[in-house]
Amino acid sequence: MATYGANDLRVGVKIIINGDPYTVVESDFVKPGKGQAFTRCRVRNLKTGRTIEQTFKSTETAEGADVEDRDMEYLYTDGSVWTFMDSTSFEQLEASEAAMGDAVKWLKGNEKCIVTLWNGVPLQVTTPNFAELKITQTDPGVRGDTATGGTKPATLETGAVVKVPLYMEEGEILKIDTRTGEYVSRVKA
Amino acid sequence: MNLTALQERARLYQQVRVFFAERGVLEVETPALSQAGNTDPFIDSFSVNTGSGLRWLHTSPEYPMKRLLAAGSGDIYQLCKVWRKDESGRRHNPEFTMLEWYRVGFSYHQLMQEVAELLHGSIPHLHKPPRFITYRDAFLESLQLDPHIADETLLAACAREHGIHIDGDMPLQAWRDLLLTHCVETAFPPDQLTFLYHYPASQSALAKVHESDGQWVAERFEVYLGALELGNGYQEQTDVTRNRHILQQDAQARGDGIPVDERFLAALETGLPECAGIAIGMDRVLMCRMQVTDLKQVIAFSWEVA
Repeated sequence: MATYGANDLRVGVKIIINGDPYTVVESDFVKPGKGQAFTRCRVRNLKTGRTIEQTFKSTETAEGADVEDRDMEYLYTDGSVWTFMDSTSFEQLEASEAAMGDAVKWLKGNEKCIVTLWNGVPLQVTTPNFAELKITQTDPGVRGDTATGGTKPATLETGAVVKVPLYMEEGEILKIDTRTGEYVSRVKA
Repeated sequence: MNLTALQERARLYQQVRVFFAERGVLEVETPALSQAGNTDPFIDSFSVNTGSGLRWLHTSPEYPMKRLLAAGSGDIYQLCKVWRKDESGRRHNPEFTMLEWYRVGFSYHQLMQEVAELLHGSIPHLHKPPRFITYRDAFLESLQLDPHIADETLLAACAREHGIHIDGDMPLQAWRDLLLTHCVETAFPPDQLTFLYHYPASQSALAKVHESDGQWVAERFEVYLGALELGNGYQEQTDVTRNRHILQQDAQARGDGIPVDERFLAALETGLPECAGIAIGMDRVLMCRMQVTDLKQVIAFSWEVA
């Protein structure tokens, strides 16, 4: 894998810090007129999503992380691993629960996802921005009440629980913003 | 290309030339391609293969301007392009414009006042008077730590406390530079010039040194607007033995065979007059004048597209 000099640590570069893969999200060259130069970075841990500050001496190098984003289709799960297929090569890969994270809430099958691979192993799964899912359980709706803006919890076919407007009924399909987990609209059947 | 930036740059240079003409400071030019390079351990020169051997693009016109001073030029200034390898970022471009001037008979305190006048004239929205603070007080103020006394362990612990993650060991001065750039400078008031002076004597470069409160300090200052460093000034060291020692020591530390400027040292043998001098990065002054945050906004064509 490539190694990066401190000068090459630009936004988007993927590197290893303390054994974990990180992506550079901010990078700034700082140097006192007559002194040691540094590259001051903000880096996001690709496993945990946590962002930290990391500074590199100008002479320092960082090991590149073999990280790639691949377009893959979600196929099925056996409850412990989630299987994805590369739409062009038909190669299948299994993602762990940790790699899935919140993605499990929004997938029922055949969604086109971005699977981030580290050394060929799924590290993170990014679902489409919107999911359309059926309500499997919710308290009876209050018909005609479209004005008060109140919400109630509803369980979806994937098991996810979201807040929906009071008038939504079991069996209805709704559109969810998967980035926020929020109800967007009702989908006409 | 930003037309306003071109116009502002032209106006700024006009103002600078009027400023010095009114004070009787002579505009000079010196060669950009020199047979000797800058031996400063943290500044890298570009080298050029010429028909008459390897030459180096100047990183500041300091050495030849001091040759002029030693030859009796009197007060001089120069507005020129300079080059520094591997310095690239929001506040750095490997090729940039420097304003360097020397005032014979001035103390560095007098020069700081003149620098403030020039910068207040160049940056119209500056209203508050400048702040003058020693290197030690600036560290004490923002980190509660005396940079002259603290050792590597203490400085490293202080960096950790302030959320700075950096791997491996560094020499003492690098830890000071780390804290200076990450914590001290960033606490400077954004709407006021800060003059930071009395650097540790090890950071004197070609400035005079003296003892102050039991510590040897350099008669050297840097001027900032907010956290943005604009210039670096000295009470110029006139002792040729000391200058020679520093140049040779730096050249040895670099170990890349860059030749010491012997013509500069020979000129010093004939006597550099007592003087104070400063180099200011004009692209950064223009950034302040136009209140923008990226050097690319004031340069016609930056390094990436040059």
